[in-house]
Amino acid sequence: MFGIPMILINLVIAAVAAMIWLALNALVLVYCERKFAGHIQRRPGPFEVGPHGALQPLIDGLKLMSKQLLTPDNADGFLFWLAPILSMIPVMLLFMPIPYGPVLTGMEVNLGLLLILAFSSFNGLAVILAGWGSNNKWGVLGAARAVAQTVAYEIPLLLTVLSISFMTGTLNLSEITAQQAGFIWDWNIWKQPLAFLIFIVAMFGETNRAPFDLAEAESELTAGFHTEYSSMGFGLFFMAEYGYMVAMCSICSVLFLGGFYGPFPGIEGWWWMLVKTYALLFLMIWARWTFPRVRFDQLLNLNWKWLLPLATFNLLATALIMKL
Amino acid sequence: MSAYQNLEQMKGDFYTQKFEAGKQDGTLIINMGPQHPSTHGVLRIVIEVDGEYIVRSEPVLGYLHRMHEKMGETQTWGGFIPNMGRVDYGHPMAWNWAYVGAVEKLMGIEVPERAEYLRVIMTELNRLTSHLLWWGAYILDLGAFTPIMYAFDDREMLLDILQRPSASRLTYSNFRVGGVQMDLDDKCLELIRTFIPHFRERLPMYHDLVTENLILRRRIEGVGIIDEDMCQRYGCTGPVLRGAGVAYDVRKDEPYSIYDRFDFEIPTQDSACSAGRYHVRVAEMEQSLRIIEQALEQLPSAEGKHIMDKAPKPSMKPPAGEAYFAVEGGRGKIGVYVVSDGSKVPYRVKLRAPGFSNMNAFAEAAKGTILADAVAILGSLDLIIPELDR
Repeated sequence: MFGIPMILINLVIAAVAAMIWLALNALVLVYCERKFAGHIQRRPGPFEVGPHGALQPLIDGLKLMSKQLLTPDNADGFLFWLAPILSMIPVMLLFMPIPYGPVLTGMEVNLGLLLILAFSSFNGLAVILAGWGSNNKWGVLGAARAVAQTVAYEIPLLLTVLSISFMTGTLNLSEITAQQAGFIWDWNIWKQPLAFLIFIVAMFGETNRAPFDLAEAESELTAGFHTEYSSMGFGLFFMAEYGYMVAMCSICSVLFLGGFYGPFPGIEGWWWMLVKTYALLFLMIWARWTFPRVRFDQLLNLNWKWLLPLATFNLLATALIMKL
Repeated sequence: MSAYQNLEQMKGDFYTQKFEAGKQDGTLIINMGPQHPSTHGVLRIVIEVDGEYIVRSEPVLGYLHRMHEKMGETQTWGGFIPNMGRVDYGHPMAWNWAYVGAVEKLMGIEVPERAEYLRVIMTELNRLTSHLLWWGAYILDLGAFTPIMYAFDDREMLLDILQRPSASRLTYSNFRVGGVQMDLDDKCLELIRTFIPHFRERLPMYHDLVTENLILRRRIEGVGIIDEDMCQRYGCTGPVLRGAGVAYDVRKDEPYSIYDRFDFEIPTQDSACSAGRYHVRVAEMEQSLRIIEQALEQLPSAEGKHIMDKAPKPSMKPPAGEAYFAVEGGRGKIGVYVVSDGSKVPYRVKLRAPGFSNMNAFAEAAKGTILADAVAILGSLDLIIPELDR
């Protein structure tokens, strides 16, 4: 059609869809988080804007947009404003290879998992730039924490993902999903329970969510790496955080919980993906409003002393069993 | 050129300049406060960090100095009582009592029996609100958002009780020289009687949800050692001292008012760490409940004007002399020292704030720990900033 290759049109549509999907999810998640938090804390949560406060995130977004964009004195303006954008863009790409339904896949990529792992590391870079560029000591401390944390938690995450791809023999997420078709006991979670647990813990670390939100620990570092951000600079970080959460939970559903397949054959569809993703998201929100924050050395100890050896063991065991 | 030079010289304020005078080797000097979320107000701590480790730290006070002591020298003896409600918003009743007690001692006034009981009941209820406020805020410092809502749920009930005899919810000033201003009405007594079993049910839930949490225990156990020796050097009192294993409580050791009539224990912990102070405060809440229960049983009947009958006028003129009175506040030993020259206004009012002494131990306890521990230590001292600065 007009000499434009089909794959390009597909890509543009997928990118736009991913953007909309991300924005929609951020809105819904903000509302869900505040409502869940409210009910966990024995209060109703947002209630004034719209029915049961349903329009609250929209109004919050508008408020954020109407605020002044402020660059602090002596800040590195280029890096400072590059950081939120750099944090946002890779998130959209994360959604590309995730199969949300039988035909609802942004882009069939044979190395989908690799693409996801590569782009999810961008967040660490964005956080470093934000902390460094904002000429704030708390920001630098937050950035330093973020570096150590993302580097550390990337490894067990990678190892668990690797054990899944050892088992399935592919890095293509659609194929991984297809292999889990059938009944509930065909899901990977039963074959790789340890990997699932490690993935969940590493997911908290990767997305900087409480109890592992050390890069922005507000009672220690005021707001960590985004201390100096105002308006949509902060808004982008905020959206990216929720984007990462959605992406990570989607990937977890694909890898371990059968993706868009239901618990028994014949009822597959995108809604299963949505249910599973949101169940995992609820778990994350629940953890945030329940647990205190871990200390930084404890966070790294947990990773290097427990997650990493366990993940390595799991990988070796998987390799051995596959070989046999 | 001079403008730039001046700018260079004026970088940072007095404290930062003094602090930076020491040698610095790849370290970072950061200001924790005055607008830091976990300094609970406007305490400022200048910290030198090496990575995350604290090399040295120094608290800087004065951001909330309100000249309470000087105001004492310009107001009438009775007119100073509202100030006492504002020195420490956490446990104002104890401050009320300390000042009123000092003036009573100076004038040799006997307080009516019922008023003594009312003071005990209200002060202990207020101690509960103080500890609940600390409990919620401390867990918030450690990164858990939810417990403060539960604590405030109970605190709200206590405020509803306390607002009846004092007509205020935070800065109480209902103690008078020679008595208390208003009596507890029947509704209020009923509310207290329903609150006690309710709170007894809630405390185990707090333990289940928070105290036994592994992350929390790892955060506070063995962190911020303030032992007996340090307490002695810095003059720490209250839960900080009891958390170091010393069973010192003004209510027991220097009994004032009618505290010798009640049967209660002084909870102590030998660990001397943040967890020790945590457990002491939580255990103190139970003891306060016991005291309130006993006080309600022994409460003399309200006949006639039994709570204020010997009270002098607000424009009283105590005889020339001096008096010191100490009570056990939520944060430690509250001491008020008054000097009278026989006129309508005090010659001198000296307030001994327990938080001030406790805070001084922070720099030594925090040395060598990491930044997150500093927050845990600071929270475990239960600082109320207006009280530090007075």
